[in-house]
Amino acid sequence: MMNKGRGPMRGQPLSGKALKKVNRHTIQRLMQYISKYKLPFIAVALCIIISSVASVVASRFLQTLIDDYIEPLLVQPVPDFSGLSRMLCLMGAVYLAGVLATLLYNRIMAVIAQGTLKEIRDDMFAHMQTLPIKYFDTHTFGDTMSHFTNDTDTLRQMISQSIPQIFASAISVIAVFCTMLSISVWLTLVVVLATILILKVTAKIAGNSGKYFIAQQTSLASVNGYIEEMMNGQKVVKVFCHEEKALEEFNRRNDELCDNATRANSYANVLGPVNNNLGHLMYAILAIIGGAMAIIGVPNLSLAGMGVLTLGGIAAFLQLSRNFIQPISQVSQQLNSVVMAMAGAERIFALMDEKSEEDQGYVTLVNVRKEKDGTLVETDEKTGVWAWRHPHQDGSVTLTELRGDVRLANVDFAYEEGKEVLHDVTVWAEPGQKVAFVGATGAGKTTITNLINRFYDIADGKIRYDGININKIQKPSLRRSLGIVLQDVNLFTGTVMENIRYGRLDATDEECKAAARLVHADGFIEMLPEGYNTVLSGNGSGLSQGQRQLISIARAAVADPPVMILDEATSSIDTRTESLVQKGMDNLMKGRTVFVIAHRLSTVQNSDVIMVLDHGRIIERGNHEELIAKKGTYYRLYTGAFELE
Amino acid sequence: MIKRLAGSIREFKKPTLLTPLLMIMEVAMECLIPMIMSKLVDYGINAQNMQQILFWGFLLVCAAALSLFFGAMAGRTAAVASCGFARNLRRDMYENIQTFNFRSIDKFSTASLVTRLTTDVTNVQNAFLVMTRMAFRSPVMLIVAFVMTFSIEARVAWVFLLVTPILALGLFLIISKVHPLFTSIFRTYDKLNAVVQENLHGIRVVKSFVREKFEISKFNGISQRIFKDFSKAEKLLSLNMPLMQFCMYACMILISWVGARLIVTTGGDPVTGFSTGELMSMLTYVMQILMSLMMLSMIFVMLTMSRASAQRIAEVLEERSDLHDGEKNIKDVPDGSIDFNHVNFSYSGAKDHLSLKDISLHIPSGATVGILGGTGSAKSTLVNLIPRLYDVTEGSVFVGGHDVRDYNLEALRNQVAVVLQKNVLFSGTIKDNLRWGNENATDEEMLHACRQAQADEFIQSFPNQYDTYIEQGGTNVSGGQKQRLCIARALLKKPKILIMDDSTSAVDTRTDAMIRKAMREELPVTTKLIIAQRISSVQEADMIIVLDNGAISAIGTHEELLRTSPIYQEVYYTQQKGGSSDDE
Repeated sequence: MMNKGRGPMRGQPLSGKALKKVNRHTIQRLMQYISKYKLPFIAVALCIIISSVASVVASRFLQTLIDDYIEPLLVQPVPDFSGLSRMLCLMGAVYLAGVLATLLYNRIMAVIAQGTLKEIRDDMFAHMQTLPIKYFDTHTFGDTMSHFTNDTDTLRQMISQSIPQIFASAISVIAVFCTMLSISVWLTLVVVLATILILKVTAKIAGNSGKYFIAQQTSLASVNGYIEEMMNGQKVVKVFCHEEKALEEFNRRNDELCDNATRANSYANVLGPVNNNLGHLMYAILAIIGGAMAIIGVPNLSLAGMGVLTLGGIAAFLQLSRNFIQPISQVSQQLNSVVMAMAGAERIFALMDEKSEEDQGYVTLVNVRKEKDGTLVETDEKTGVWAWRHPHQDGSVTLTELRGDVRLANVDFAYEEGKEVLHDVTVWAEPGQKVAFVGATGAGKTTITNLINRFYDIADGKIRYDGININKIQKPSLRRSLGIVLQDVNLFTGTVMENIRYGRLDATDEECKAAARLVHADGFIEMLPEGYNTVLSGNGSGLSQGQRQLISIARAAVADPPVMILDEATSSIDTRTESLVQKGMDNLMKGRTVFVIAHRLSTVQNSDVIMVLDHGRIIERGNHEELIAKKGTYYRLYTGAFELE
Repeated sequence: MIKRLAGSIREFKKPTLLTPLLMIMEVAMECLIPMIMSKLVDYGINAQNMQQILFWGFLLVCAAALSLFFGAMAGRTAAVASCGFARNLRRDMYENIQTFNFRSIDKFSTASLVTRLTTDVTNVQNAFLVMTRMAFRSPVMLIVAFVMTFSIEARVAWVFLLVTPILALGLFLIISKVHPLFTSIFRTYDKLNAVVQENLHGIRVVKSFVREKFEISKFNGISQRIFKDFSKAEKLLSLNMPLMQFCMYACMILISWVGARLIVTTGGDPVTGFSTGELMSMLTYVMQILMSLMMLSMIFVMLTMSRASAQRIAEVLEERSDLHDGEKNIKDVPDGSIDFNHVNFSYSGAKDHLSLKDISLHIPSGATVGILGGTGSAKSTLVNLIPRLYDVTEGSVFVGGHDVRDYNLEALRNQVAVVLQKNVLFSGTIKDNLRWGNENATDEEMLHACRQAQADEFIQSFPNQYDTYIEQGGTNVSGGQKQRLCIARALLKKPKILIMDDSTSAVDTRTDAMIRKAMREELPVTTKLIIAQRISSVQEADMIIVLDNGAISAIGTHEELLRTSPIYQEVYYTQQKGGSSDDE
């Protein structure tokens, strides 16, 4: 399990071409989500068009006002303002429509953005649940976590702000462009040239800034990763007086982050002033050219045809040129967040594209009723009797009673290709037997149990469960039939009761308490401030290791499975309590199969079969007496505990 | 709180102060520019005067250049100041966390410390950036623009006085409604993160119990709540833009009406009356004034949103360890003897909920002491008092004849090595990890320690041996291997007192015995405290302490306890039962 991958290429600079290619795919995926809101999206588009047109009309309004109303009124001996007031009322109506459209699309967009995000989050989480254990072995939790936090957050900004803004800007630019053409083609040409220049400069700055933003994200991840690791080991840091050392490395990473962030933000902050003032420069040039044209009387080409450039026309054009540049610079300032959001989306989709656990099983676990003649009948009732429902190719269905007979035959397995950790392992466990695995750490004990519940798939050999190849059994059915208590205890935020009920969701309070009593967990639970209703958080951080193990055993007990796997389940429980737990478990597991992994030989002595593992091979098998009589490894292990007497 | 945070600005005071100054200069230019533009139209274009056009055009270019200069400079200083501030904040928090005692670490919890150091700092950094860049810019812009409009033509500018309060009131109402929503959204976010985190850590549990659907529906419930609250908040926030547009358009129409009449009645003379150029610049100021109001409201939203983060950071910065180097600051631990004198201890500090009750004992230097007790009998608590990871509530603990509170903390902890129950390896090579115990350890010393801890054998079996890279949290070594590496790390300290808190629970019995043998033979002068579940781990100890419910139930050697302590007898027989019955 060494040489773990570091997750998808985080923050690695991609070449321009690759970026574009990947981006197109990412955009398509994103669009699939957004396009679920077809009707609202069309409404948004319409509203944006109305709103943009209103704002263009607003800028065009000035020319009309000056040319058609103010100038004529100036020469009227008795000014008649009724025309002006009518025009202003009309404008008011147009504006109002624009305001309402803006209101509408902003509101719809809020729902679209949040709805899309919710769906992406839900899909991501649901997909994560289907991923094989291997994925979690090879990706750090921090990386996966950041898909749900940082990456989704950047997407939110993009969907709710950048997308509508880019769309609105595009419409404004087009509308303003047409209007500009309607005033003067020559001046428009100047604007186009200036715009190209501005875009070039922008691209240059944005490119630099983007480079450093990516560097910033990388060092941010590095700082966050370091913080997470160090905070988790803070107590060890204290015990070893390692504070200064830890600080040194932290400072190094923190300084690097600061450098990259400063560079990235400097470029980003400069972008606005540069864009604005290049706009002003263009304004000055336009005024000079326009003024010269008007004064010299250059024939003006406009969409309306040839004519003279009016004063109002120039004034309006100047105003329009600002309206033309403004959306362009606004969009360019959004580029960074778009790039970052795209990178985030890419990582999110990479997670969603991870291959799910394969499950080609078709044998399922069903409740059955035993008829008097011994035949099994499938039923929806909870009978407590289970059977494997096995459909065959010819259409017939057989029911095999679930007994808990597990056989591994000649199993080989490697976590990584070429590094085999199990060789030719053969194990028989008959219903009701207690099978123990003993061996040094790293001998492959846990691996065997991981194969039975198909956390990993075997490379060679066969595992049969009640005579059925476990590859044919649907994973959920298979796992439901196995109760597992793992070495590392994981509890969930919630009350103690909820944590126990995790084993069987329809268990009543009484059943949960009975399970806790059975495994002798009720003693300490009753002592907790709120008893069974004590809320646990942070993986039961207030409890001792042994107490957490007791809860996890109770959780498995309430599930009441036909086969139980106990992987060092009692390692942190004192031996007195352990023997009590053991008794309870033995009662519970009467007639069922149990796999036990333990270091304490006292835990496994009463097993029906003990397998001694060494470097992935079973080197001895037999019950306690047989193995002692054999005077092999087990004997040495067993007596080793007493050799110091 | 603000004062506490501002303390982290330090060397970035200059750019922090410079930014608003530069911003104000930029604003001045930006306010000048519309005026120049209006002059350009009035005296140049309308008068068809090319000279005037060139003159005002040149001024415009100069103003733009200055504005660009100030703007760019401000952008740079703002970036330097905000990133530097964030760096200092992180460093200050991190430094302070290093001084935390165990109680503070427990109080804040690891996850929360991580959030405070990461997300919260980012929030505050953003708020800081906005504050330095915008908090001065917007009000100044607002005031200058107001002054400009009134200086152009007061008979038109009064329109602003009418519309601005409407906008301000509207924005205020929106923000006051949105703020509580955001508070609740952030809380829901925390829950969402917690669910994801728990699922990542407990994925094997989820899968073994086939609880994928259960977890998904739990997650969906929370994400649905975020969806609802966030949509609501964004819908409210989305009123901002139309409100602003409404006010802008209203201003434009009113100004046009008032302005047009004024132009007509005054004859359009820019000097004595109102001109079309002035009307144009007036309309530009409409944008500027309303925009700066809008900015102000956004700043306000950001600041209120980051207030919670600032609060959480301040809490970390203000946390003071109550564990300090002793006044006597003793730097030398004479020997490994340990004494407890009537020690009472409770984690909360309250005397009615004691975890340890009236503990008194004497351990001579060099002794091997076993500590046994049921789950939750406060075994770890007892030993944690020796390196002063916690301070006693009542009574005293002596190490080497001095009260632990009189020692220099580092000196004490260097001589008292603890192998913690929940131990951690760090990402880095095995050697890197071992050097935690002794920075200057030679390869021979490391090899020696690993031999004693029975770790050498498996390390040698790795392809890269001592240079094998350990993943974060030590996930690529097994539990037993991890424990042995942790023991080796502690041995490298060459401590006078070695405490092993259930440090061999995942190690097989034989290896466990060999570790103890190595220690007995090679560390005769070191006082060894061994917390264990197995009697075999402690039975050869010079002294065995049996704890029950936070009190000492019995002390003695194996033989003595077998005779006198019912608890010990019971533990012994449950552990021996399998063996003896098999020997029949």
